[in-house]
Amino acid sequence: MEGKIHFQPQEHPSKVYLQSGDIISRKLRYQREADPVWARKITSHPGCERLFSCIQCGTCSGTCPLSLYMDYTPRRIVALVREGFRKDVLRSQTIWLCASCYSCAVHCPQNIEITDLMYTLKREAIQSHLFPKRFPIPVLAREFYELVRRHGRNSEFWLVLRMMLKTNPLGLLGMAKTGWSLIRTGRMSLKFEGIQQIRQLQAALEAAQEGNNHAG
Amino acid sequence: MPADRSHNGDGAKKYVYYPGCSLKSTGLAYEESFLAVFQLLDLPFEELPDWNCCGATSYMDIEEDSAFVLAARNLSLAKSSGATDILAPCSACYLVLRKAEDYHRRYPVIREKVDAALKRARLEPLADNCPHVRHPLEVLYNDVGPERLRAKVSRRWEGGPIACYYGCQVVRPYGEVDNPVNPVRMEELLEAAGIPTIEYGLKTKCCGGSLTGTIHEVGLRLNYVLLKDAHRRGAQAVVTICPLCQFNLDVYQNEIRKDTWPSLDMPILYLTQVLGWVLGADFQALGLHRSVSGRKLIREWFSRKEEESYV
Repeated sequence: MEGKIHFQPQEHPSKVYLQSGDIISRKLRYQREADPVWARKITSHPGCERLFSCIQCGTCSGTCPLSLYMDYTPRRIVALVREGFRKDVLRSQTIWLCASCYSCAVHCPQNIEITDLMYTLKREAIQSHLFPKRFPIPVLAREFYELVRRHGRNSEFWLVLRMMLKTNPLGLLGMAKTGWSLIRTGRMSLKFEGIQQIRQLQAALEAAQEGNNHAG
Repeated sequence: MPADRSHNGDGAKKYVYYPGCSLKSTGLAYEESFLAVFQLLDLPFEELPDWNCCGATSYMDIEEDSAFVLAARNLSLAKSSGATDILAPCSACYLVLRKAEDYHRRYPVIREKVDAALKRARLEPLADNCPHVRHPLEVLYNDVGPERLRAKVSRRWEGGPIACYYGCQVVRPYGEVDNPVNPVRMEELLEAAGIPTIEYGLKTKCCGGSLTGTIHEVGLRLNYVLLKDAHRRGAQAVVTICPLCQFNLDVYQNEIRKDTWPSLDMPILYLTQVLGWVLGADFQALGLHRSVSGRKLIREWFSRKEEESYV
């Protein structure tokens, strides 16, 4: 044993800081850190009803093209969700790496719509501000949402520009060549796309959200 | 116009075309070739007037109810126009609209919310007869079929063997377009049209979609694997049915070339571009000049004089 051991029970109850500078972290969670009521709430979303029938076979993780980059594989996400480890799940990179390819959902022997689960978790991570702030994927989602809400259509050039300015402005320089190849082949327009009946669309979207607020 | 759409015994079909944002910009060649092929096969349709964005994979990240309403406005406009079938060539559009159709039918909560929101905006509620969302591949296979396609072929294929890449969202999760694990309809259509295809193991592995724009290195890696497998199995080009797959494999090829694979220069084409060519459409009309990679091979394969290549 070298030196004193500091416990920081309030901020990081799962971590021990040694004077040597090493950090020892607990690899298990305690039941009291879980929120089983939250887990039940998640199952009320379309597609997530069968969450508790998961047999933890790992087919989802095996078939996922991105699981090798994830901090928790999809199988572990399902396990964490149904135990109610809300923050671990909502702070994970996994939910943002999911590319919605539906491979897990198609192969799942228990017919769990894992893609829908990921969407549900992404929404909650954004609403509770638990997503990684400069991680480009939630930024893209929010910019996309704003653009479509305001104009009714997406304008690819402006979407990418806004996302890059918020996450990695210098990265724009590296994209010049790609941009040029698109201009040269007539595949990039700087025009703002939009629809004529934008008021009508916005009325429908607002009506949907109002209904939501009453219910919630 | 009942025309000769009664191929599968259903004469009452009326198609309406939902382009989506990609087919009007980076996927312009897909729209051009899709229009050309459907015209050559006598499948008339109109573009859905004042369509809005489907929401893609991102809108659902923010809000659920309004995401369904966003997609449903298009279904409602199509219904009001008297259409029975919506053609959505982009895989993200296809899936989002198809899912909105499905969840509207399956979940009473969504159904009520969507129809109430549509009514509030003076749009026709979907109620019990929502138009059916379909992908052109499935329409080409079921409503035209390999045999009728073969009869219409007017040019011999002078290019190399093709890897058919389905991507993810067109075949999953509904399995209506083709088998979700091992789809074969593209191969059947191409073989019928005299175009050789290879066995392509990764045909439904995801290209990462918008990941190439967000977490670039990870997205690139996924695309590298796809190209490598196609190349190893002897394909000289990849054919896709999704504007995002085409974009990733085509436009980012120069970066894969620079990093790991100096000799890489493979054409990434749309199904409708190669079919359109053997059906007799010309180079410009099929948007073949819009490819970024494999331009040399594309000029070689698609520049034969009409008289020479007539079968």
